[in-house]
Amino acid sequence: MLLLIKKGRVLDPASKTDASLDVLIEGERILRVGADLTASGAEVLDVGGLIIAPGFIDLHCHLREPGQELSETIETGTRAAARGGFTAVCCMPNTQPVNDNASVTRSIVERAAASASTRVWPIGAASMGSKGEALAEISAMKAAGAVAVSDDGKPIATARLMRQVMEYCDSLGLPVIDHCEDPSLFVGGVMREGPQSFRLGLQGIPAQSESICVGRDVETALLTGARLHIAHMSTRRSLEYVRWAKQHGLRVTCEVTPHHFTLTDEDVRYDTNYKMNPPLASGDDRDALIEGLVDGSVDAIATDHAPHHPASKDVEFDRAPFGITGFETALSLGLSELVHTGKMALMRLVELFTTSPARVLGIERRIAAGQPADLTVFSTSYEWTFQAAESASKSRNTPFDGRLLRGAPMATIVRGRVAFRR
Amino acid sequence: MLQRLPHLLGIESLSREQIEFFLDQAKPFQEFQRHPLKKLATLRGKTVAIAFFEASTRTRISFTTAASRLGADTMALQAEASSLKKGESLMDTVRTLEAMKPDAIVMRHASSGAPHFVAERLEIPVLNAGDGTHEHPTQALLDALTIRDRKGRLEGLNITILGDILHSRVARSNIHLLSKFSVQITLCGPSMWVPREVEGLAPKIRRALCMEEALEGADVVMTLRVQTERIHEPALAPDEYIGGYQLTPQRLRCAKPDALVMHPGPMIRGLEIDDAVADGPQSCVLEQVTNGLAVRMALLYHLVGGPPADAPHPAKD
Repeated sequence: MLLLIKKGRVLDPASKTDASLDVLIEGERILRVGADLTASGAEVLDVGGLIIAPGFIDLHCHLREPGQELSETIETGTRAAARGGFTAVCCMPNTQPVNDNASVTRSIVERAAASASTRVWPIGAASMGSKGEALAEISAMKAAGAVAVSDDGKPIATARLMRQVMEYCDSLGLPVIDHCEDPSLFVGGVMREGPQSFRLGLQGIPAQSESICVGRDVETALLTGARLHIAHMSTRRSLEYVRWAKQHGLRVTCEVTPHHFTLTDEDVRYDTNYKMNPPLASGDDRDALIEGLVDGSVDAIATDHAPHHPASKDVEFDRAPFGITGFETALSLGLSELVHTGKMALMRLVELFTTSPARVLGIERRIAAGQPADLTVFSTSYEWTFQAAESASKSRNTPFDGRLLRGAPMATIVRGRVAFRR
Repeated sequence: MLQRLPHLLGIESLSREQIEFFLDQAKPFQEFQRHPLKKLATLRGKTVAIAFFEASTRTRISFTTAASRLGADTMALQAEASSLKKGESLMDTVRTLEAMKPDAIVMRHASSGAPHFVAERLEIPVLNAGDGTHEHPTQALLDALTIRDRKGRLEGLNITILGDILHSRVARSNIHLLSKFSVQITLCGPSMWVPREVEGLAPKIRRALCMEEALEGADVVMTLRVQTERIHEPALAPDEYIGGYQLTPQRLRCAKPDALVMHPGPMIRGLEIDDAVADGPQSCVLEQVTNGLAVRMALLYHLVGGPPADAPHPAKD
């Protein structure tokens, strides 16, 4: 079974390749990369000048299965992910039941094998039930396929637990991902504290709710020397802690979501599609995040795709759950907001979706013979309007409905097969 | 002539002209409250739904009475007796109300933005009777009517608002309204309740650190209720509040001698305001209540719509 992708512009951050090349795939692996390849009997996909990038990896999403299938399933979530150009997604453990043991991890892996359009890499809980007390069955979850641990949705409860989780996970070679917030500063909040929260009369969450916890985690990384990854980072101060950690040789990484580099708290209205956690930040914080994405302080763009079925979001602002969908708009927002504005080179954007998140997980992503045939084919110029109603996700909770975007995923190749084609 | 508004959700989006129009429209209704027979036929056959999802006495009675004096029928929904406690969503509750065909809905809700949420989804006018810590537009209009009556104008006055600004919808609506009339607004209270962000809400706002500074030269002093039910952070000990921020006769002497003292109610005597001030000659607390009826009649008349716009004022007819 041969698939020949013709006339692409291969962008491969690992080898710094930017050239017009063909990619020949045999089965689940890349067989050859070169100019003007031919292969008799191969299925040919002529991509006519589109970008061919290593398959995108999303370090942060919620597929809601098991337990919340009204909002999303592994099947619908990964179909949306493939439409967004993702070839692998890491799903957070806050399902029902919580993915805190090997049997839940195995069931996710099995459901994915049966129904997913992309690779699904589960993230296990750090503590039992993500309750912040006893450690979850981390080693068994790793054996079942978990690629990292996190109590996402909540911070890892205490510095003491963080220390234990980091030390244990380091011995297993797993990164610890923390959702950083200080619960006592967060309490009751529904958006970022600032002039807009005051104007709207919505309870504010100060930026320091996040950075206090990032500071704690960086201190704990200093204590343990272990791997730490900061989820959905949203403030300048948090970024400064991560920069400090990197400058001092700590193995600390972080991710930023498309909505945090696109929107600010000034955009918040009485529309629950603007309610997510961490909340949209100030313009100054947004600018800092973009600087970090450009200069390498930020390691990945991750969606935090968080579907919620319409009835649960169609309520008063302060009663709605936090979270928005993100797969299908992520690349287009990156191109529209970062590349087309001249702030970022295209190669860097590709790196933030592929090579760099792969490194966070301790794996490699490149376009070369022998590598897994996971590829993302996209256009930088295709203009389109995102329609939430046409999303492959079961949910519709996005502030980007009706938004005009420039650039889009055009085909997604997962394990050598076309998982999506526009 | 003012184009009919679809809803009244807040003061922020109103123009100065719209505010003046409502204050002018309220004047004849103000006189009407003194008539021996307080019933008009203007809105006869119309129905106003009074949906209060949060405890309230005075605002609910004021709206109900205003509707009734215009000749409208009312249907009341009280949160404690409603199906909300049984888990029904806000939208299902208001859609059920709407199915009974009211001509407008007056709504109070503990969530900021709840009336906006409902207004986007219903065909009938929504009148915000207070949403969370966001706005309370009819309170600001009745306050403005009271001030204009007593001082002859709003422009150029020095108005001091005292207390828990952070959690007060009355303060937000008043700040929006007064700033459209170039009022110098001074805010004072425990500093965690008067955040720096208030200065970004409108021009001509200043924060004062102590009561004496805040009251200096004030034409009007508005005292807010300490809203213990909305406060997430540790509450301030009552004695601390009384010692630092209670409006006492002695402190009131820092304001102009003819300064008005206002309070949106309910007053907690002995906490934010001293008895002698609440009952003193400068207090216009009860006048505010009466003016509330006039303002709400003017708004219901405008939003529910009775006769055509060029008809003579119903209270003058």
